[in-house]
Amino acid sequence: MNNSIGIIFRRELNGYFSTPVAYVFIVIFLFLSGVFSFYLGNFFGRGQADLQPFFTFHPWLYLFLIPALSMRLWAEERKAGSIELLLTLPIKPSDAVLGKFLATWAFTAIALALTFPMWITVNYLGSPDNSVIFAGYLGSLLMAGAFIAIGACISALTKNQVVAFIVSVVVCLLFILSGLPLVLDFFTGWAPHMVVELIRSFSFLSHFNDISKGVIDLRDLVYFFSLMVLWLFANVIVIEMKKAD
Amino acid sequence: MVEVKNLSRQFGTFTAVDNISFQVQQGEVLGFLGPNGAGKSTSMKMITGFLAPSAGTAIINGFDIINKPLQAKREIGYLPEGAPAYPDMTVVDFLEFIAEIRNFSGTEKSKRVDSVIERVSLESVRYQLIDTLSKGFKRRVGLAQAILHDPKVLIMDEPTDGLDPNQKHEVRSLIQDMAQEKVIILSTHILEEVHAVCSRAIIIANGRLIADDTPAALEARAPNHNAVTLTLPAEQQNAASIRESLQGIAHIKELKVLEENDDWFSYLLLPKRDQSIVNQISQIAHQQQWTIKELSVARGQLDEVFRQLTV
Repeated sequence: MNNSIGIIFRRELNGYFSTPVAYVFIVIFLFLSGVFSFYLGNFFGRGQADLQPFFTFHPWLYLFLIPALSMRLWAEERKAGSIELLLTLPIKPSDAVLGKFLATWAFTAIALALTFPMWITVNYLGSPDNSVIFAGYLGSLLMAGAFIAIGACISALTKNQVVAFIVSVVVCLLFILSGLPLVLDFFTGWAPHMVVELIRSFSFLSHFNDISKGVIDLRDLVYFFSLMVLWLFANVIVIEMKKAD
Repeated sequence: MVEVKNLSRQFGTFTAVDNISFQVQQGEVLGFLGPNGAGKSTSMKMITGFLAPSAGTAIINGFDIINKPLQAKREIGYLPEGAPAYPDMTVVDFLEFIAEIRNFSGTEKSKRVDSVIERVSLESVRYQLIDTLSKGFKRRVGLAQAILHDPKVLIMDEPTDGLDPNQKHEVRSLIQDMAQEKVIILSTHILEEVHAVCSRAIIIANGRLIADDTPAALEARAPNHNAVTLTLPAEQQNAASIRESLQGIAHIKELKVLEENDDWFSYLLLPKRDQSIVNQISQIAHQQQWTIKELSVARGQLDEVFRQLTV
């Protein structure tokens, strides 16, 4: 890792923990993921030793929680004027973009890792396929990365964190919805099969569901990574283009 | 050395900076003057590589800020307007972050941070969150990060804005201490500051460079520079003949009667540009054996020059 990426990464990650953001986020994330899997997901009633109900709700959880994390990344710098300081230091804008992204991703990974009691519970109650659970965590983390990349890029467009939050939620929602029957059914009647598949292929849900079922397909990995690269690239361009506005 | 070449910046149809060029050598402290919105901050943002110019460039110690941004930025210490920092960090964490970005590590890093904390007197707030600092301390934190790596080029946007007189004095003496070994560019709209620290001043108005001179030479452009005020007691003297002898002086542009009453006469004499008239006046006074109550020479005020040039 490039030295200045590492320095920015550490500063940002410490930044989460030096404010209540980190603790509020982790508590709410753990609480909601519990509520969703136990009540809505019927965790016990299903009588199956797996974490399927837990992972099913992650896209929806991330939809609101990740933009809340990513909204500050650049909007706060713009608001406080520190972006002028950061970008006149001898670092490449891409280093700043990557450092910030990786810090938020690492933070999400920490929050996700703290759900380990769920994993212990299913292993205590039965004998789940731990490789499927691992795949679920991997898929969840990749999806989180894509959400963060989207949120970070949108945060760079404004100095208002609320605007960054709302726009990020809407864009992320589009990426989730494009895989739902609700949207797909609308096209299946008349559109060619290829178009429907194309729309489906944009969706977080379809790729995430594949992985969380235990199928780690290269295409799904490529999908999430290329989505991250694309949005981070856009983020760098946004920063370069409108640094001072 | 900093070379600014034909720097321009448009925002839409508005021209914020219009074809500005100048050079600053080591040892010079250049004051950037101008009314609010004249383009001072925009120019500084372009020189430091934050804002891309619409045309022109700045060359920092041989590195073009557009083509070689990283090398150029390494040469620069920059205090942006309002001294932004990260409010959620403590002073020492923030300065260590800056030191790491500036490629210092280990003992060299702690040495740099400690010495800069001492230099701008931040010991008492070392472990305090920047968010909780007073304006004066925040400004000093900004100054600390700018000089931490002992840059060859120091650029400061309103370094003393919002400071109390004591703090202003401290910042100015800090600048004077560093002046010899650096190129220093600072913007201000406090004209007394130009006197206090600058060896050269540039005046910008409406994005254009309209004056580039030493503070003393700029002052000499004031209409009342070297103007003489002469006051005489009225006893046994004739106002008309006094005026006549004064009018006879070669370099006098104008004689204004300030007061002619039963007790005393008072006159303001404006010289022609770049001329001094006080010697001739005192000679005449001597010849005519006037009793003089008061004789004073006015220095040009930067304020007046500034107003004259920018309004």
